[in-house]
Amino acid sequence: MPNNMFEKIWGAHEVSDGLIYIDLHLIHEVTSPQAFDGLRLAGRGVRRTDKTLATADHNTPTDGTMAARLIADELSRIQVETLERNCEEFGIPIYSLGSDRQGIVHVIGPELGVTQPGMTIVCGDSHTSTHGAFGALAFGIGTSEVEHVMATQCLVQKRPKTMRITYGGELGAGVTPKDLILATIGRLGTGGMTGHAVEYAGPAIESLEMHGRMTICNMTIEGGGRAGMIAPDETTFEWVRGRPGAPQDFDAAVARWRELPTDEGASFDQEIEVDASAISPMVTWGTNPGMVVEVTDTVPDPAALESPADRETAERALTYMDLKPGTPMTEVAPDRVFIGSCTNSRIEDLREAAEVVDGRQVASSIRAMVVPGSQQVKAAAEAEGLHDVFRGAGFEWREAGCSMCLGMNPDTLAEGERCASTSNRNFEGRQGKGGRTHLVSPKMAAAAAIEGRFVDIRDWS
Amino acid sequence: MRPIDVVEGKVSVLDRADVDTDQIIPKQFLKRVERTGFGEFLFYDWIRDGEIELEPNPILVAGRNFGCGSSREHAPWALEDFGFQAIIAPSFADIFYANCTKIGLLPAILDEEHCRAVAEAGEARIDVDDETVTCAAGVFEFAVESDVKYRLLNGLDDIGITLENGAAIDTFEQGGGADRGPVTTAI
Repeated sequence: MPNNMFEKIWGAHEVSDGLIYIDLHLIHEVTSPQAFDGLRLAGRGVRRTDKTLATADHNTPTDGTMAARLIADELSRIQVETLERNCEEFGIPIYSLGSDRQGIVHVIGPELGVTQPGMTIVCGDSHTSTHGAFGALAFGIGTSEVEHVMATQCLVQKRPKTMRITYGGELGAGVTPKDLILATIGRLGTGGMTGHAVEYAGPAIESLEMHGRMTICNMTIEGGGRAGMIAPDETTFEWVRGRPGAPQDFDAAVARWRELPTDEGASFDQEIEVDASAISPMVTWGTNPGMVVEVTDTVPDPAALESPADRETAERALTYMDLKPGTPMTEVAPDRVFIGSCTNSRIEDLREAAEVVDGRQVASSIRAMVVPGSQQVKAAAEAEGLHDVFRGAGFEWREAGCSMCLGMNPDTLAEGERCASTSNRNFEGRQGKGGRTHLVSPKMAAAAAIEGRFVDIRDWS
Repeated sequence: MRPIDVVEGKVSVLDRADVDTDQIIPKQFLKRVERTGFGEFLFYDWIRDGEIELEPNPILVAGRNFGCGSSREHAPWALEDFGFQAIIAPSFADIFYANCTKIGLLPAILDEEHCRAVAEAGEARIDVDDETVTCAAGVFEFAVESDVKYRLLNGLDDIGITLENGAAIDTFEQGGGADRGPVTTAI
């Protein structure tokens, strides 16, 4: 019987009914301390430290503070120091602040080659779906589950349903994977993928490089999806080859990985088709990622919505965002620009943004920053001179971390500030209390920084 | 966690859809390394800005897709610490739902109409074993997975149950071949 990719990976990891073996457990400082406490209370250890990896990212300042003990904010310092102490006590490898391998957990996993096709990967972070870009089954878990995986290397899981979204055609010039996933969430809604492992397929996906595939899988959770997945292919294998964690017998691993893609004739609980060539650059206007329009559109009018509840939600979002229905998105002017986050902070993302800003100047009304996803991304970018391009244009060039994606560190929006952000969530207060977030691609964020307002990157030069 | 078989009492109502975990417990409160004390920060901005009022009743009735967004278990911790023992909604985000069941905070799914009826009734009785919500407007059924129900009724945490299966995990690890080897060490 033909199987889809999810079914193959799930089947290969079922220890018993509903108990799934985990190949890689990534840990960070925010969702792990209570799990370690739980282990200590019960006198339990970590079953497979050799399948566990920790880094500090959510709390880390991006201003050049290079050791946990030097973090100015007391609670952040305690949280990162607690992670370091816990990892030492339980024997878990860690790349903390100061390590040249430190960075956002969803950037360093792939970068180190520990994220591999066919794996089950979990982390106490909803954007763990990122790793599905390699043909892995990867999803976010809560702290009780973090403790469970540490103690047993397994997870009790209800089997999700499966969905395949097939993208025909090719993305147009200037249209990026970020636009593809925003458009998809805009169509399906923030709960549209709930309960499903989602496979992204079709020519428009197959032609993407790994960073774009990661952006798409990363935002699966914003559509409510349990996991996002893309079939591994030559692009995937070449990306993993030669990385520190890549399998020693690489050819044998590739032979196994070639068996992973969905079989011809396999079925899904739900199938959706999207014409990729019809997708435009997207900008969110509201307070969840499903509230999104094409950059050439105007701010939608809640009065046009049928359900009173939806109308009220949209009205509240517009009040929060301080936007009037009918305003062209290209007249919306950000105060801040943030290029970074586990969605869009890889070297290729930075190259795309640098290309847009090269030789230009950030508008005087805007404060703009670039935050590389990891120390390795930062080093690679500096080796290419990208930091000079950004600094020359008036961007701040910072150290690796989650930064202004979620404002758990000093990088936040002030009350009322409007931000063009390459991150993944535009929830109320996400980037700082009263902050207003517009989600866009790196190219669109870079162009907005230069122009002082959103522009259609396709006809901007 | 403590066993939970019946939740009974007054109902608080939060009539909004897509309530995300950043609202339930804003990020600045995730820096604590303790497991308790999050209740006072529940819906911190919304309550302080006077956008909503919430009584710490045993039951919360919420809108669809409740708990979307991050995987932070701090969200159910805050709801539980505030005083809620059960949440009724037309749908929940996946990770949030799972997190609730891990700590003994009962998530019950009823359709929109029944959620409204419970909200209007102002009081309800939820029976986990019978999978019913009873209020002045009637008796409504909800579904809960059998293994989740077993854990809730008995107050069991998963780890103990899984470790009883330790031999099966050993067998799985030993029989798996190359891809069961070390991943993160020696890199």
